[in-house]
Amino acid sequence: MADLTVKINGMEMTVPAGTTVLEAAHMAGIEIPTLCYMKEINEIGACRICVTEVNEGRGFRLVAACVYPCSNNMEILTSSPKVIAARKKTLELILSDHDRKCLSCVRSGNCELQKLCKDYGIDDASLYDGVKNEYEIDDSAAHMYRDNNKCILCRRCVAVCAKTQGIGVIGANERGFKTYIGSAFDMGLGETSCVSCGQCIAVCPVGAISEKDYTKEVLAAIADPEKTVLVQTAPAVRAGLAECFGNPIGTNAEGRMAAALRRLGFDKVFDTDFSADLTIMEEATEFLDRVQNGGVLPMITSCSPGWIKFCEHYYPEMIPHLSTCKSPQQMFGATAKTYYAEKMGIDPKNIVMVSIMPCTAKKFEIGRPDQSAAGVPDVDFALTTRELGRMIERAGINFNALPEEKFDDPLGLSTGAGVIFGATGGVMEAALRTAVYTLTGNEVTDLPEVRGTEGIKEATYNVGGMDVKVCVASGLSNAREVLEKVKRGEADYQFIEIMACPGGCVNGGGQPQVPMGVRNFVDIRAERAKVLYNLDKSMPLRQSHHNPAVKALYDEYLEKPGSHKAHEILHTSYVKRSVN
Amino acid sequence: MNSAKSTVPFKGTPEQEAELLRVIEEKKSDKGALMPILQKAQEIYGYLPIEVQKIISDNTGIPLEKIYGVVTFYAQFSLYPKGEYTISVCLGTACYVKGSGDIYDKLQEKLGIGGGECTPDGKFSLDACRCIGACGLAPVMTVNEDVYGRLTVDDIDTILAKYA
Repeated sequence: MADLTVKINGMEMTVPAGTTVLEAAHMAGIEIPTLCYMKEINEIGACRICVTEVNEGRGFRLVAACVYPCSNNMEILTSSPKVIAARKKTLELILSDHDRKCLSCVRSGNCELQKLCKDYGIDDASLYDGVKNEYEIDDSAAHMYRDNNKCILCRRCVAVCAKTQGIGVIGANERGFKTYIGSAFDMGLGETSCVSCGQCIAVCPVGAISEKDYTKEVLAAIADPEKTVLVQTAPAVRAGLAECFGNPIGTNAEGRMAAALRRLGFDKVFDTDFSADLTIMEEATEFLDRVQNGGVLPMITSCSPGWIKFCEHYYPEMIPHLSTCKSPQQMFGATAKTYYAEKMGIDPKNIVMVSIMPCTAKKFEIGRPDQSAAGVPDVDFALTTRELGRMIERAGINFNALPEEKFDDPLGLSTGAGVIFGATGGVMEAALRTAVYTLTGNEVTDLPEVRGTEGIKEATYNVGGMDVKVCVASGLSNAREVLEKVKRGEADYQFIEIMACPGGCVNGGGQPQVPMGVRNFVDIRAERAKVLYNLDKSMPLRQSHHNPAVKALYDEYLEKPGSHKAHEILHTSYVKRSVN
Repeated sequence: MNSAKSTVPFKGTPEQEAELLRVIEEKKSDKGALMPILQKAQEIYGYLPIEVQKIISDNTGIPLEKIYGVVTFYAQFSLYPKGEYTISVCLGTACYVKGSGDIYDKLQEKLGIGGGECTPDGKFSLDACRCIGACGLAPVMTVNEDVYGRLTVDDIDTILAKYA
């Protein structure tokens, strides 16, 4: 199609046909504000914050820039007095039914509504106060709460749940002024088949939904002299945490993160990358065992607790395909409270295991059955990257000025294979590095076929004369597509990696929120993944089977991957769940 | 948020379910199938409780919440059955200025249900209606075919007692 000529604020430019007014303005360096709009996911033109004046030969009128297509010779005014007045009124009307507790709100400072109110000079937030809706807070789920008093009905959470994740346990109920976001028959979120992925939280522009905060409990444990408080950090956290302190997306925070955790008072600062390596040893062994001994194939990874819960609710018949390996978070806790506790002579009951995760489903996972290797829960608290950011801020630690420090030995040792777990395809790549070595004795590193942010990737590797067909999916809609293909017998994969969140853990539901105005134009998944792949490249050891701490763990304690003892400590079981 | 779970026990029959499944099978591949399926389902059962919405969800793959969202959006759909006695209170202009709002409130209080709902024993359901053409008798309510006019809140006990 031909290009179009448009005039934005008097400036002429050429845009491809099909460009929206919002996109054209972006090309011209003007960001039109949005609240409901999510590119390709929620293009509903509902919130009216993006209204912009356009003239197509019949005089200027206001249109929703996010969904209105450019036409040839269109004149666009993005900040005329009429536009500003319309946006301001919309904000005032949103505020009339908004619980304006900004002082205590978890999103204060990075709330998209708050920023717009400041930008548009809202001087009287109560201008249109009248009848207000009053909602009870839903805290029935393990990982999050919903406070509809702060909801602005943008429906981003609804769209991401239904479209990106293919779940749809939340939606708009009732109509008009009574409209609210909730679940069917007003079930609490905890009663539904919500998988706890937290993608809804990651896209919420305001403080209506948030993770359950356990920072106070963690600080109390640190202050308790009886307790040894250990912390582990997931790979993706280091690719996101720096954003909490004003750094650009894609900043590596690893060294400063370790330093900050030490200054927060954790007794030992360990790394989930260690147990990612351990996961590979167990998972690669399990995979080869299934291949060689006629086990259930394809085998599907089990690192992502959102994916696991999804499988249990929506594909319980596929449970035998799931690797029985605990996730790296749980393997870490299990190792810390057995091997490490014995080694150090600490009663596991006095160990408080804290994990920092890019994930909200990890909060659900720590409460799962069959996750207590030492008779006490493997992990006591799972905090999100955002919660850690808040802890650091509250402690007055100047994060950006911190020195780069290292993790503690021995459970802080890891390889490049462990750190790439945080990006989609990373677990597959790490597993293949070790599987290839086990079968052929060859060392492989980079496997570009399984990298990248595409939702579904396929590859075939010839390993020791055997073709291994693999598939990598991220985002649960994509997972559904792959599973349906497997069920219909149209795919003969042997090994599938599934991550609940699109792009993998770097884009997890517990990562720092990025304003949608940025997300619509920047691929945060790719930017954060680069941090992990660069780290991998920079490491002296890049295959899990070379991790000296993992080797020592097997030599001193677990004997060998897949041993009886390894199964007792590092493997788990799954349950069937219903759909609600 | 009110709990929208009906307290009236579900009394769906296998015949009703078979008919609903037939309707779903016939329509489910159509674009926008949910509305006609819901309309038929309400024809079959008289209302759309969770049991019925679940059958629709399980057999169409449409998430239960999406169905519930549509049902609660449109006034034509009801989550509650009609009672043995259907009480309608006119909230039209004439009745309203004569105090039918108080009567409606009092009935909700006496029956322990909100508008559009049904008592757990299945006896009474309560609705608001617009003008029934008896403005001269305002405020007016009907119980099935019986019309009661020139009401005061004190009349309600006596009227309900007739149907108890």
